[in-house]
Amino acid sequence: MTIERASGANGWVPVAASEDVIPRHVFQGKLLGQELAIWRADDGYVNIWENRCLHRGVRLSIGINTGTELICQYHGWRYANRNAGCTYIPAHPADAPPRTICNRTYPVREAAGLIWTHLDAVEPAFPALTEAPLVLRAMPLRAVPAAVEAALAAWSVEGLTAEGDLRFGDGSSQLQLYVQAVDAGQSVIRGVLTGALAGQGLVVLRRLNTALTALTRQLEAEALAAPAPAPIAPVYARVSEELAEMPGLEADLADGPGKIRVTLAAKKMVANGIVSLELKPLRGVLPTFQPGAHIDVALPSGLVRQYSLVNAPGETDRYVIGVKREAQSTGGSEAIHEHLREGDLLAISEPRNNFTLRRDAAQTIFIAGGIGVTPLLAMSAALAGDGQDFQLHYFAAGQEHLAFQDRLAALGDRLTPHLGLDPAATAAKLRDILAQPGPAKQVYVCGPGPMLDATLKIAAEAGWPDNSVHFEYFKNTQTLDDSQAFEIALARSAVTLQVPAGKSILQVLRENGIKMASSCGQGACGTCKVRVLEGTPDHQDVYLNASEKASNATIMTCVSRAKTDRLILDL
Amino acid sequence: MSEQPDPFMLNQWFAISGLTDVGPTAKNTLLMGEKLSYRRAGDGFEVTTADGRTLPVLAQYACLWTSLGQPESGLFEIPQYHETDRRSIVAGSIGVNVSAQRGVENFLDMGHFPFVHTGILGELPHTEVKEYNVRLTEDGSEIIATECMFYQPMASTVSTEGMDVEYIYRVPHPTCSVLYKSSPLDEKRLDVIALFVQPIGPEKLRAHMVLSILDDVNADDFISHFQLHIFGQDKPILENQMPKRLPLDTRAETPIRADKSSIMYRRWLAAKGVTYGTIPAAA
Repeated sequence: MTIERASGANGWVPVAASEDVIPRHVFQGKLLGQELAIWRADDGYVNIWENRCLHRGVRLSIGINTGTELICQYHGWRYANRNAGCTYIPAHPADAPPRTICNRTYPVREAAGLIWTHLDAVEPAFPALTEAPLVLRAMPLRAVPAAVEAALAAWSVEGLTAEGDLRFGDGSSQLQLYVQAVDAGQSVIRGVLTGALAGQGLVVLRRLNTALTALTRQLEAEALAAPAPAPIAPVYARVSEELAEMPGLEADLADGPGKIRVTLAAKKMVANGIVSLELKPLRGVLPTFQPGAHIDVALPSGLVRQYSLVNAPGETDRYVIGVKREAQSTGGSEAIHEHLREGDLLAISEPRNNFTLRRDAAQTIFIAGGIGVTPLLAMSAALAGDGQDFQLHYFAAGQEHLAFQDRLAALGDRLTPHLGLDPAATAAKLRDILAQPGPAKQVYVCGPGPMLDATLKIAAEAGWPDNSVHFEYFKNTQTLDDSQAFEIALARSAVTLQVPAGKSILQVLRENGIKMASSCGQGACGTCKVRVLEGTPDHQDVYLNASEKASNATIMTCVSRAKTDRLILDL
Repeated sequence: MSEQPDPFMLNQWFAISGLTDVGPTAKNTLLMGEKLSYRRAGDGFEVTTADGRTLPVLAQYACLWTSLGQPESGLFEIPQYHETDRRSIVAGSIGVNVSAQRGVENFLDMGHFPFVHTGILGELPHTEVKEYNVRLTEDGSEIIATECMFYQPMASTVSTEGMDVEYIYRVPHPTCSVLYKSSPLDEKRLDVIALFVQPIGPEKLRAHMVLSILDDVNADDFISHFQLHIFGQDKPILENQMPKRLPLDTRAETPIRADKSSIMYRRWLAAKGVTYGTIPAAA
């Protein structure tokens, strides 16, 4: 018999059986005093996390497994499958959580009917295992793990050889035993039986059961006779300094352009003139995202373009974007359609979310124009998963222009396509859709500039308040005026800088060594937003809505300028 | 971790029972690990330790209070309690296996209403915790949170429909909090719900709930059941909090804007040197 020795101190160790991790369940495990929340998403991925919500320390094993996310029972924080990133904080429905709120994850392997993890700093070699025909029942016992290991090493059973492979009858089997070091005085013996059992499986199992039960009783009796060791104190690692500070009213801005290397795993035509790209990480796990988020994609030609993620919640093994071939392409969409091949490597940024979905509305209306459907597909999937009331109105030139048919089909009658309408007919339809504003209703619209302009105008006429109509422009088509020079004062750094004609605030800040995140560079995405403490901005962006612009509380530093001689910025 | 009371906790008054539950026959309880006997004695009350020491007593806000140390003064004021048209009810005492300070922090928290008190104090999808104000009084003796608005489907025993309810929270004591909420019967006046938490041990509490309200419709028992029902919903959540003691290190957990009052509470406890029931930040 081979006893593969494994303890929590080093190496991979089983912490659950595959059958413990059943759909929509959260299994509570423990290794060396550290509690684990182990759960399987509907895509089959098994997550092993610290069993504790980062917010107020409540066990996640009492949380809800939605199949794509784990929801904490206390405040409803949601954490995504695979990357463990927080995707939604219900107390602040209008804010995207900083993507750095991530639960602690442990390495996971599922093999031979067991779920494995390790606590080593460097990934240890995984034990050689064939697929197991039989997983022994877990045998928990109150005994010191090292004592259990020693006893198993010296263990012998009548009829079973203690050395070499365990052989019996006319077949050959191998028993592999593992000791899960639960705590200082608690262990679980797990084991798999591999090889041909030749009809004698039950006999062998009964004999093993009897022998192991006797061994565990003996070990527990010995443990009772000795003083119980003190439990291992769990380690609660501190959160980052950034997270410990209570965030301000404006969500923290992302740091500079991220450099995640991804491979183009699949490129498919998903409608007339639209391809979908599936981007998978070269290694590790992709950072978390929320519905409405976009990524910057650096193309081999040197161009950087922004694309919204189409992903549904929990679809965390890849990023999916949709790219329309533009007739007047400045190189981005044409490069993607013509030159990108499956297997190509790309650099992308971490997802940023400046188009946040509230999930506290009684009813949500999504209005998509053409390729503008992409962020709204992600949002629709999120609300569909929650069972919330929404409608997706999808304006397109014709049936063959409707992208992502499989995702659309999943929406059922919550999807209403509007096909082949001219601008006048589109406006009439929008008037119908937006006829009844309501206090708990929200509208999200994304599409070409003229359609967005029309939608915002119609919504305002119908009496929708600004703060319930959320929009995202693809690009800023307004004529920018950068002819005025002015001064900016940075309140937190006590620095005054001159912004000359022809240069943006963003450029001046960066030239002076101030780190600023930005993405689209044309006042459409909201990434470079900064608070204004004094002075009147000359808003030239298409990100802020009319009342946000009127309040002069924030400015898009990539395009907007000053109407006063001086602006004081919260930097 | 400290198993002995720090000076600030040692010299506080703590409620150990509702007055209606104190009779001539002695009952036992625990206060910060110390075994106590209490009973009605003549016109007053008597609290003694296991080794025969007699402790100071106060009968106030419908509860019996005592201290293991020497309190510098009397109890904090709740002026509304003395208004003659109010009913005051000890709605119940309930034990929870978590530190007293975790219990107080939960009392200050609105974000959990739709998830833990679903259909009563909150309801999905109304989850937003709107901006509110929190400050320390000038003498540093108590924390006050004002303009706390939250949507509630059934804010009290006399509510018939959902509404935004306004709350004011006071924390005048390391393990006591007083909550004021708009009365559904008289919008100009506030119902008072006080939570007096008795630390049994560093990781165990007994909470005494005292109401001073304008409700003239419901029987005491009904109001008591309502409050116990609410607290019974909190209990399993609180007992699954890890660690059980309240961490005072700002990097132990992840606060959001909705947690302003708990952030101030934790800072206040740290400033007062409270180590009992907490995990102080490493120096």
